[in-house]
Amino acid sequence: MRRLTPYLLALPSWMWLAIFLVVPMVAMASVSLQTGNAIDGFAMTFSFSNYSDAIGRYSTQLARSLLYGALATVAMLVIGYPVAYFIAFKAGARKSMFLFLLLLPFFVSFVLRTISWNFLLSDNGILFGTLKDWGLLPDDFHVLATTFAVVGGLTYNFLPFMILPIYVALERVDPRVVEAAHDLYATRAAAFRRVVLPLSLPGVFAGVLMTFVPATADPINAAILGGRSNTMIGNIIQTEYLTNLDYPTASALSFTLMAVLLVGIFVYARALGTENVLEAAAR
Amino acid sequence: MNPLMRGMTQPRTRRDVFRIAGYSAAGLALAACGVQGQKAAPPKADAVADFWAGQKKNGKVVFANWPEYMPEDKGPLEKFKQDTGIAYEYKEVIQENAEFFGKVDPVLRAGQSLGYDIVVMTNGIQLQHMIELGYAVPLDHSKLPNFQANAGQKYKERAYDPGSKYTVPYTSGVTGIAYNTEFVKEEITSIESLFDPKYKGRVGMMADAQEIANFGMFALGIDPEKSTEADWRKAGEKLKAQSDAGIVRKYYDQSYIDAVAKGDVWLTMAWSGDVFQRQLAGEPVRFVVPAEGGTIWTDNMLIPKGAANPVDALMLMDYLYQPAVAAELDEFIQFVTPVPAVQDLLREKAKAAKGEEKKTLDDMIASALMFPTEADYAKLRSYTRLTTQQEQVFNPIFQSVTQA
Repeated sequence: MRRLTPYLLALPSWMWLAIFLVVPMVAMASVSLQTGNAIDGFAMTFSFSNYSDAIGRYSTQLARSLLYGALATVAMLVIGYPVAYFIAFKAGARKSMFLFLLLLPFFVSFVLRTISWNFLLSDNGILFGTLKDWGLLPDDFHVLATTFAVVGGLTYNFLPFMILPIYVALERVDPRVVEAAHDLYATRAAAFRRVVLPLSLPGVFAGVLMTFVPATADPINAAILGGRSNTMIGNIIQTEYLTNLDYPTASALSFTLMAVLLVGIFVYARALGTENVLEAAAR
Repeated sequence: MNPLMRGMTQPRTRRDVFRIAGYSAAGLALAACGVQGQKAAPPKADAVADFWAGQKKNGKVVFANWPEYMPEDKGPLEKFKQDTGIAYEYKEVIQENAEFFGKVDPVLRAGQSLGYDIVVMTNGIQLQHMIELGYAVPLDHSKLPNFQANAGQKYKERAYDPGSKYTVPYTSGVTGIAYNTEFVKEEITSIESLFDPKYKGRVGMMADAQEIANFGMFALGIDPEKSTEADWRKAGEKLKAQSDAGIVRKYYDQSYIDAVAKGDVWLTMAWSGDVFQRQLAGEPVRFVVPAEGGTIWTDNMLIPKGAANPVDALMLMDYLYQPAVAAELDEFIQFVTPVPAVQDLLREKAKAAKGEEKKTLDDMIASALMFPTEADYAKLRSYTRLTTQQEQVFNPIFQSVTQA
């Protein structure tokens, strides 16, 4: 019985995984190989061409999503690292207040926040309208319906997910090791580069993981802030699923996106020299 | 110890656990295969009687509708509540036919209830699917006396629902062009303005495949009701060129109306009543049906399968066909009412009214977009009717434009 205990204890989480991850994934894999239509039903035909067709038709949007995801992730890293550093080392007693401020936007719905940006950045809205009236901006200046707006929206919406893991990693850096670096005649820059930065890399890794994946798949920002040619793969999957009722194509695209992201993550893990991706993310 | 017990209790490696998980997943996969078709047989003669025989009034009704489709004070619904004692819940949950259908399809497919007793859908692919899939409850016309007495002939005989078996119209409307008079300094009359390079980046088009297809075809002088696959492709190319030239800013859902009212786009495809409501609110927008043609559509009320209060729903549907109620509704939403008597009622009201209100009412009565004459109807076209197979050709042509 004692030998069984760990398995029994793990049972709920296994069940959880089985019901909410494995079953839907298998069902989706099955649907992605079927052919038919929503009215007459779909039947399993092991049609692997669903994949090549879907990728062929939507390679532009797939590539664009990866590009936007990557741009947003870099922007988040550039903005997020200093913020996390500040909260971890400089905020002192106000640390928890800053962390709370970081989480505050989550009290408002994601979609609503994005729509507010649409309102704020409107061509003749309270911001640009005023600046245009003062003659500070040319009349045809606009931010909405551009790549910048979509990447900006993604950056804004996922930023906390970058900051928090980095903060957690930096928080754990023992001040004594930094002191030791200084004792060994390291300048502040050298101490950061050779001690603090390497110790925070697992946090950076987790942050990138938690932002790049959802940012790449997100349909909301492109739909609300984007324009004519900012369609991302998430929008395509949504249309295939909801409008065209083409469940096989939607499933095939979802799997393709998942595969591309996984490959990307493993390549990135290799590049960062992290031996074990899962371990780093969990640390 | 028997092998089964041993198998279950002896220590195993992590790999074994994964393997077992794999087997069970594969087993589940087989079970999960296939999405059932749901094509419904046409209702038998006694199906209507069968369904309605056991139903009774429950004293409440949940109405799912589009935004900008009911006066702010919910006047017609309040009156309904007073007259019948039926409480109502009014939800503005429908923004786009396709999206709405996509959301309700899995629920109805699983045989569950949507929690709505009336939903409103435009005559188009999705409504066709609702009927084909048996998601709409057949209506008992013995309980729709007002519809029988007051609906216009055109609204009783609709090609997409012969004999009004499943639906009754809520309202009709026209898709045309709206423009913001602060930015557009000329009178827009032609669909060519939507393709004019001088409005580069300032034109809004609709994301809905059927809506945009019609405008592509109007621009080419093609009648969408009689169009063929070759016509669709030509229209697709015309729209693609418009997009590639950077003329279109964005392909919109219902949000187009805010965009044009704010001036993010200067001119856009638009639905008639939306624009009139904004005009009344003092916003600088104007609506026009282009000389080349406009699209007429009808939004229809239906009772979804599994609705909890079908009798109350049917009563509300019929109630909205009382001329006085229809007039109050139409005076606010300013689309095309299916009840012709409304025009006379508004005329009487205009006689009694004075000043600004009288002028507004007179404009409404004379408006070809609220009370189209036969000649006006002749200039308007419906959507292209598509079979499921045709739809699989039609959609990609236009989505490759709207979702480039």
